[in-house]
Amino acid sequence: MTLVRRYGLTVAALIGAGFVFVVPFLFIVLTAVKDRTQAAQLDFTWPTSFPLWENFWTVISTRDFMLITAYINSTILTVGSITLLVILAAMVGYVRQRRKAWWNGLVDFLVLAGLMMPPAVVPTIWLLQQLGLFATLHGMIFIEVAYNISFCIILYRAFVATIPREMDEAAIIDGARPMDIFFRVILPMLKPVTITVIVVQSVAIFNDFVNPLYYLPGNDNVTVQLTLYNFQSQFNTSYNLLFMNILLVTIPPLIVFLFFNRQIVAGMTSGAVKG
Amino acid sequence: MTTTVSTPIAVPAKPRHRRRSSPYPTWFLLPAAIVYGILFLIPTFASLYFSLTRWTLFNSSFIGLDNFVAFFEEPFLIQGVVNTIIFALLTCALKVVFGLGLAVLLTSQIHARGLLRSVVFFPVLVSTVGVGIAFTAMMHPTDGIINAGLGLLGIKGPGWLTNPSLAIYSVAFVEVWRGVGLATVIFIAGIVSIPQDYYEAARIDGATGWERFVYITLPLSRPAMVTVVILSFIHGLRNFELVWAMTRGGPGFASDVLASVIYKQYQAGFYGLSTAGNVVLFVLIAAMAVPLYLYLNRKEGHQ
Amino acid sequence: MTRSNFPAVLLGGTAVGLLALGAGAASAQDTVNLTLLIDNSADTVALTEQLVADFEARNPNIDIEIETRPGGGEGDNIVKTRLATGQMTDIFLYNSGSLLQALAPSQTLVPLTDQPFLDRVLDSFESTVTSGGDVYGVPVQTAMGGGILYNRDIYEELDLEIPMTWDAFMANNATIAEAGYVPVIQTYRDTWTSQLFVLADFYNVLAEEPDFAERYTANEAKYATSDAALEGFRHLAEVHEAGYMNEDFGAATYDDGLRMLSTGEGAHYPMLTFAIAAIEATYPENLDSVGFFAQPGSDPEINGLTTWMPAALYVPKTTSHPEEAMAFLDFVASVDGCNAITEAVGATGPYLVEGCDLPSDVPAATADMLPYFEEDGRTAPALEFLSPVKGPTLEQLTVEVGSGIRSPEDAAALYDQDVERQAQQLGLEGW
Repeated sequence: MTLVRRYGLTVAALIGAGFVFVVPFLFIVLTAVKDRTQAAQLDFTWPTSFPLWENFWTVISTRDFMLITAYINSTILTVGSITLLVILAAMVGYVRQRRKAWWNGLVDFLVLAGLMMPPAVVPTIWLLQQLGLFATLHGMIFIEVAYNISFCIILYRAFVATIPREMDEAAIIDGARPMDIFFRVILPMLKPVTITVIVVQSVAIFNDFVNPLYYLPGNDNVTVQLTLYNFQSQFNTSYNLLFMNILLVTIPPLIVFLFFNRQIVAGMTSGAVKG
Repeated sequence: MTTTVSTPIAVPAKPRHRRRSSPYPTWFLLPAAIVYGILFLIPTFASLYFSLTRWTLFNSSFIGLDNFVAFFEEPFLIQGVVNTIIFALLTCALKVVFGLGLAVLLTSQIHARGLLRSVVFFPVLVSTVGVGIAFTAMMHPTDGIINAGLGLLGIKGPGWLTNPSLAIYSVAFVEVWRGVGLATVIFIAGIVSIPQDYYEAARIDGATGWERFVYITLPLSRPAMVTVVILSFIHGLRNFELVWAMTRGGPGFASDVLASVIYKQYQAGFYGLSTAGNVVLFVLIAAMAVPLYLYLNRKEGHQ
Repeated sequence: MTRSNFPAVLLGGTAVGLLALGAGAASAQDTVNLTLLIDNSADTVALTEQLVADFEARNPNIDIEIETRPGGGEGDNIVKTRLATGQMTDIFLYNSGSLLQALAPSQTLVPLTDQPFLDRVLDSFESTVTSGGDVYGVPVQTAMGGGILYNRDIYEELDLEIPMTWDAFMANNATIAEAGYVPVIQTYRDTWTSQLFVLADFYNVLAEEPDFAERYTANEAKYATSDAALEGFRHLAEVHEAGYMNEDFGAATYDDGLRMLSTGEGAHYPMLTFAIAAIEATYPENLDSVGFFAQPGSDPEINGLTTWMPAALYVPKTTSHPEEAMAFLDFVASVDGCNAITEAVGATGPYLVEGCDLPSDVPAATADMLPYFEEDGRTAPALEFLSPVKGPTLEQLTVEVGSGIRSPEDAAALYDQDVERQAQQLGLEGW
């Protein structure tokens, strides 16, 4: 590939991305730094006043620094759920892909059902109350695992197929136990999928708001998306503060993405070197 | 975490070890099955009973199949079904096409690859509420930036969300914008999993970039393809968050999808009726998604 | 079920939040902690914070923690879900009228019938929080009117008079359109705002058919077959056909509507008077440009206001501190309570508690509304306070009529169907 073509492609990609992806983002940022009256117009103009710091501080400090509590809760919730999801889903995806058994069809259907069927809120609350898990963070972690595991299993099951069986067989001949094969051979090779699962699911769980709204009531249990309700209600919305809040709660998942994105790139280069 | 996976054989062999059991033990399914079964399957399927009742959350009384009758008598049901299928097919197809294209682009040797990836993925990170408000404002018929831009070119833009025959397509477009980053990330994982040897061999044989794409990338990223198709198709059939954030199914009922019809019933306090609606939606999705899933996974065997 | 003395919500029935144990036990010696669930609108939060602060100053041993929830249909679901699962806060704020009836009050709420503070609550309000002979709530904030908010500057400039009939209103619109202003502001991005012409016409419906509400509840009267009830839908269509709406009516928001009205871009905005508080918050310098009149009917002799009752505070049966909760309700239904509200959000209408007076300097639109309440027979409650029957799709149908997508007759007939389904789902008699 010639240099000209490489740069041409890059420039074209950047301009395209600029139009399609950056303009809406700019809109959000601009609105977040306007004053309330100008923000209410929701138009694409330069801010006339620039109350960046006031907006930032109002959003952070509203209702006894609710956003800080929310950051902590959402982080615990996300980290806990993701850890369980990765391990549990990879185990299922692995065995389901490798083993030919009569129950494969049933497992597939139940997994798909998790994507197709919306959960029933009130019966779930009754059950959580019976189990003593209602309105607790660990109960919420289990809920997130249950609701998101289908997605992860489908992803893992598809990608386990790309790992040659010779890998497991070599380990079996060496006398490794199933646990060892899975954790030391298979899971490391699934790294690109695992990173995808971590990135995608941490965003989904961090940004989940319907489930915490019902299963995790109480001011001390607030999660980040619920803080948006501080500035948006049925009858009046402070768009500047709402968008500032949206930006602030977008930062943690963005950091996660930037971190793991480098991991994917690193994975690619190592593959290239091997080839 | 290091980047290589080159030490699989170095697993320490345990001296005493049972040969007879499968290396793929069934109990691996157990932890997931417990969490999923107790917290999702049991309450969800138990709730099916309520689809046969008049349910106010405080009381329920058995009324047989009346809710299903009422659901099918919903005046705008047909339109909702049509919209649902348009929305799912359109978003799924576009996510696959653009997602694959972007993934190929973003795994090639172009500059600013990391930055571009972040840019493409950013919409996935932003809350649906924010995306909805931002695009609704940009699609404003007179003040929105999209029509302002078209105006500069001498085109009078339509009411993207206020024109009843256009609203659902506008929302579908935004859904693609919002979700394509997800598809791209999955495709990237798929492409990254393809051993580089294939490309080296193809290059030595003098294959063009297009040939490498058609004969190597496309078939070998099949797991990613299957995943993206299944996930975005089901998502498209079931999801209504963006429809709700942008049009609330309107103007009137013009952009209602099945899930938003059901959600409105739930919000109105018609709990039995909305449960019946969920059953209908589930059957409809299963009727389309299960054959698709079987078809895609049967092909997998031929590889 | 055992309950200890910290917030019931945190503990959640038998589900003992181990995390909460340490925090709760330490604080409570003699202090009683109450929790209070309210909706998240800025006004409600501001006035509740003021009420709680004033109450706590008088009752140092009671500590009230405020929790917020979204409004609208999502909020209805949260309230119902928490009541049905025994997770409600000690006190909560919720609508009066038909929405309250859907909470099964006799099963879930503590009746206030024997409480002495009920004597101070006006009968007109009490009837909207009564179910099966028991009263369940005390009012927060003031009565509201549904009608037309108008721009006084435009009226002055064009020398217009307050219309006493619909024809006079349309004549005003013609003059306003000629002068280059928007005659009628409509904001269908927020679909709920589209219903006002229909809902606020109810005074006129009752004037022609005094028994409409009873017959409506009994499945006898229908919108599609009652000429008086159809008028509201027709008005909406007339305004659309005459081209009197703002060009971007399909995409404009409630906020846009308030801006256009207060800054004089538009002359009329059919709305509830709680909008006055929002104008005061966002466009304080234009507050005096905004006036209010009732939606006119066909007869100049019959002119009156359709009124809405405010939300109320209720105490669920699951509370472990009924006495302290009652003390708070007692405070809210007192002159001190009214004063706290006025201090926080200003006065937007007449209070529903005996002895509560308005300050002398109320906004112009509020002052316009008060005469209706002072004369006998010039107010009538909105239909939702007279009947539990209310269909959920009215706002979509009025958007369609106002956008010219559907005829008023079709919309009324579809609304009747919708109402029938609602009555069946609630299991009402006679449907």
